Amino acid sequence: MDFIQWFIQGFIQGFIQWFVAPMQHEFMVKAILVSALVGLVCSALSCYMTLKGWALMGDAVSHAVLPGVVIAYVMNIPLAIGAFVFGVGSVIAIGFIKAKTRIKEDTVIGLVFTGFFALGLVLVSKIRSTIDLTHILFGNVLGISDSDIVQTIIISVITLVTLAILRKDLILFCFDSTHARSIGLNTTFLYYTLLSLLSLTAVAGLQTVGIILVVAMLVTPGATAYLLSDRFDHMTLIAMALGVFSSVMGTYISYHIDGSTGGCIVVLQTILFVLAMIFAPKHGIIAQSKNTEINY
Amino acid sequence: MRNISINIENVTVAYHGKVALHSASIKLEEGVICGLVGMNGAGKSTLFKAIMGFVKPVRGNVSIQGLPIRQVQKRNLVAYVPQSEEVDWNFPVNVYDVVMMGRYGYMNLLRIPRSIDKNVVQESLERVGLWDMRFKQIGELSGGQKKRAFFARALAQQGTVLLLDEPFAGVDIKTEKLMIDMLMELRQAGYTILISTHDLASITTFCDQVVLINRTILAYGNTSEVFTEENLSRTFGGSVGDFSGAKTNSCHPH
Ligand SMILES: Nc1ncnc2c1ncn2[C@@H]1O[C@H](COP(=O)(O)OP(=O)(O)OP(=O)(O)O)[C@@H](O)[C@H]1O
Ligand SMILES: [Mg+2]
Repeated sequence: MDFIQWFIQGFIQGFIQWFVAPMQHEFMVKAILVSALVGLVCSALSCYMTLKGWALMGDAVSHAVLPGVVIAYVMNIPLAIGAFVFGVGSVIAIGFIKAKTRIKEDTVIGLVFTGFFALGLVLVSKIRSTIDLTHILFGNVLGISDSDIVQTIIISVITLVTLAILRKDLILFCFDSTHARSIGLNTTFLYYTLLSLLSLTAVAGLQTVGIILVVAMLVTPGATAYLLSDRFDHMTLIAMALGVFSSVMGTYISYHIDGSTGGCIVVLQTILFVLAMIFAPKHGIIAQSKNTEINY
Repeated sequence: MRNISINIENVTVAYHGKVALHSASIKLEEGVICGLVGMNGAGKSTLFKAIMGFVKPVRGNVSIQGLPIRQVQKRNLVAYVPQSEEVDWNFPVNVYDVVMMGRYGYMNLLRIPRSIDKNVVQESLERVGLWDMRFKQIGELSGGQKKRAFFARALAQQGTVLLLDEPFAGVDIKTEKLMIDMLMELRQAGYTILISTHDLASITTFCDQVVLINRTILAYGNTSEVFTEENLSRTFGGSVGDFSGAKTNSCHPH
């Protein structure tokens, strides 16, 4: 009896220690909150990205923002603005090259984003003294500055409000853009809205997990939720819950093991995806194999 | 004379510089069902896309009830069902959601359905016999049921101009009869319907007019006058038999 009590007490204490102790540091409080917010926003958008098949586009935009970030840094304007310009610019470039040449889309995307990214690398290396490349590439949420927090909050509010208002139109656009046009919706506007949100959230994600991994934030929660639901609204809620959970837990884990925050968050997301892939009630591997057995 | 509903003037469409439809002109009155007949690649779908503004004509002009097509679309006057839906069949929406998408044009910015929207959706689903399957994910329907679902969405739009590109393809004979009956009801209600089909035998049973097409309009007018063996063999480049219903008007050489 005493032993069990001792064990439970110890467990609870350890549990509290694990979660509460890091909160004594102000930087951890900030990091947890920012990660949670970024996880929420990115995963909300990730539903549209997975359904529209824009994973590669997300990867492209997130890489292509690098020169924008550097230029904005040098000009001392908000990084989001520079990133936004280059994110949208890369997409326009992709669209232009695709329309004017016979080269296939995935090749064009690969070509454009590596070009932009390389340009960014050159710019960074020229002004190495003032900008830390590893923070941009791999994120630095544990050392996030107050101005970056403000920027993240602004981006999050814009994205969440836009998604809340245009949710139905964007769903229709992703599902059936022909019908969207035939009922008089402006699909060009919806296309660029989605792209702009992608560029913006790429910047927000950049703070936490960095350019290299931001595409995971914009794809994995949506993909996981997609395996768990056949209704868009449920899918969005699940994705947001998963996104916030993995961001917060990932940040904690990275604190305790003193490892890369972005890495921890994305590994956690990937683990959740694998679990869903195997155990999802309807679309999981186990459920699918059971289905074929009784399908007579 | 009744009002002109669809007015197509001299429309020429080209893909990559190759003309697919040359100088098409058609005027359809209100309350008319018009069949669009031609062989594969004749330009039927192209004509629909030109009407909807999805391909930009090189020349020519389309108006519906006197309005340019964007206005027509914004006012929910037209519903278009493409030949094949280019949608993601695994998308997380159910049949009910899809038909509700036909009502977006009537809703506010947030697209929150009102009770009238729900009623119309229910009615449309019941008419095509899919009400019991409304909670199925859209991809779980059979091919013909999918067609019916998108037909229901067009009904839910309540636009008085219906553009149907091969709605009977892959649909069973009973459902086809049912849909034809529905179209005739809608004609009664003043709808104008342009419908392409390869089911020549059914044309005479419900189409008031026909358009024969092969890269340009070969003939168009009242079914009894235009839908003749001779015209059909011109349309298809060889005899296809007599579908004219052997009425007095068909021209047999004596
Ligand atoms: N997107 C496109 N790009 C290039 N050519 C096209 C395109 N769509 C159609 N065409 C060409 O235009 C012509 C007319 O095509 P359309 O789809 O209008 O035929 P259709 O009458 O609807 O045929 P079907 O009975 O097979 O549906 C065809 O020669 C086709 O190859
Ligand atoms: Mg066609």
